[in-house]
Amino acid sequence: MTATVWSNTKARIGVIILLVFVLVAIFAPLLTPYDPSATTFARSADASASHWLGTTAAGEDVLSQLIQGARISVFVGFVAGLLSTVVAVLIGLSWGYVRGWWADVINFFVNLFLVVPGLPLMIVIAAYLQNGGIGMIILVVVITGWAWGARVLRSQTQSLRGRDFVTAAVFSGERPFRIVFREILPNMTSLIVGNFFGAATSAILAEAGLEFLGLGDPSTVSWGTMLFWAQNSNALLTGQWSLLFAPGLCIALLATSLTLINFGVDGLSNPRLREGKSGR
Amino acid sequence: MTYALRKVGLLILTLWAAITLNFVLPRLMPGSPADAAVAKLSQNGPVTAATRKAIEIQLGVPNGNLIEQYGQYLKQVVTLHFGVSYTFYPQPVAELVGQALPYTLILVGLVTIIAFVCGTLLGVLAAWKRGTWLDSLPTLGGSFASAFPYFWTALLLLFFLGYVFKIFPTSGAYGVTNVPGFNGDFLGSAVNHAILPAITILITSLGGWILGMRNTMISTLGDDYVTFAEANGLKPRTVAIRYAARNAILPNLTSFGLALGGVVGGSVLVETVFGYPGIGYLLLKAVTNQDYPLMQALFLMITVSVLLANFLVDILYGVLDPRTRK
Repeated sequence: MTATVWSNTKARIGVIILLVFVLVAIFAPLLTPYDPSATTFARSADASASHWLGTTAAGEDVLSQLIQGARISVFVGFVAGLLSTVVAVLIGLSWGYVRGWWADVINFFVNLFLVVPGLPLMIVIAAYLQNGGIGMIILVVVITGWAWGARVLRSQTQSLRGRDFVTAAVFSGERPFRIVFREILPNMTSLIVGNFFGAATSAILAEAGLEFLGLGDPSTVSWGTMLFWAQNSNALLTGQWSLLFAPGLCIALLATSLTLINFGVDGLSNPRLREGKSGR
Repeated sequence: MTYALRKVGLLILTLWAAITLNFVLPRLMPGSPADAAVAKLSQNGPVTAATRKAIEIQLGVPNGNLIEQYGQYLKQVVTLHFGVSYTFYPQPVAELVGQALPYTLILVGLVTIIAFVCGTLLGVLAAWKRGTWLDSLPTLGGSFASAFPYFWTALLLLFFLGYVFKIFPTSGAYGVTNVPGFNGDFLGSAVNHAILPAITILITSLGGWILGMRNTMISTLGDDYVTFAEANGLKPRTVAIRYAARNAILPNLTSFGLALGGVVGGSVLVETVFGYPGIGYLLLKAVTNQDYPLMQALFLMITVSVLLANFLVDILYGVLDPRTRK
């Protein structure tokens, strides 16, 4: 499995980028040249030898904030991606296994969460919860993000449900819970892994978006809040392009790395998507 | 016919659920939004007892009768009486929404359709020319661009094309001297102001369509009937468009309906960056000012329009694919 993913060039690039970000996030306190929250430097300074990316309008070192910000994005992506995947697995697999009116009821709720636009729902919930921190952001991301995965996993469960090994398990008297999570689940590992990376990508983008809109805790140092302060302190007018460019590029790179990994993961479940000289 | 009827039934049920969600949300949250709202409103002048009651109906008071409140809320929704905005007091919410709606509808609607058509065509091309640069360029470029956060693409375009090179205006939907109406000056100015937001949405949403279409198309190209059509000596173009693409587009159409929610959400960010006076910009203003009536109405508006768009796509799907009508 790991070898298949690694053999895909795109996925390999993705893994390397992701690894760099994870390492930066872990060792952030050692890597930051200054305290990311210190406001003691010259304000809105351009890039210089002592401040490689310049300083913010409040007098903070941009590079230190950028390194510190990796922690929030990696953390939110990992935790929110994991939680959405857990919810998607629990609901999607049970939904694919049960029959009758229960399936219709779940169908209705999943479809409801699929069509209700995610970001506006997040914005509204965030507005009611008033300046929650990272915890609130993870919560709204999970609430709005599980439905897609549940639907994908459900159709795979439905197709596996008709296979002989499931029938055999039913006849040998296994309980439904065990059949779903011990017999069927291991057969869709690649889908679940793919779902995790997909959910983590949208979690990272959603977190940055909410914080950019000023709906997170504006005192946290993250890429989203950096862009929020950049726009509110008119970095566009003062022409501090590094302040605008760097956080966004990091978000884009991190999100891209996860998408690239998914190219390799897609190849696990659908050999037609594997790279190489197969087929056309 | 039964297919359409079932879809209509489902639409009504989903609409009801969305409207109810909008009712339940403020009541699930800690604290009383009504008190905060009244405090906010009283800054603009004295609050009459009737206004206070209207706010309480909309947002819920801790010891009110829930069923009665729900009934009144439904009546408000059906008659489109969403009350008075706190931020733009004393303008009614319905009027504000009506002013903002055309901008978002035209911008997001047009750009989404353009992105879908272009993305699907590029996806067909990428799958057909698999392994060449016509495949790798749109696939890699598309997946990188769709990882761009909407607001960052918007900020970069605004910075370079708006501030540095001064090609496009930096905010608003039309020039300060223009009067909205059907005249050349206004329309020209409106188009000029819409270009940057439109490019942003196009860049960030195009990749998804390319990838989705490419992947389903690759699966379809491996199917027996495609091999058979090729073996029959049909022209490659005929095989690609009339046989493979025609079938591959169906799953992509379903995701069109679903992805619309994402585009609408992204347009909230885009409108905020460009100060474009549509629904999303208004929503953010409502949120930052704790203008709950406006916020509720806007959220309802957004949800209902996405639901309706999905309904239309479902009906279209039924027309295109006879198998679903059973």
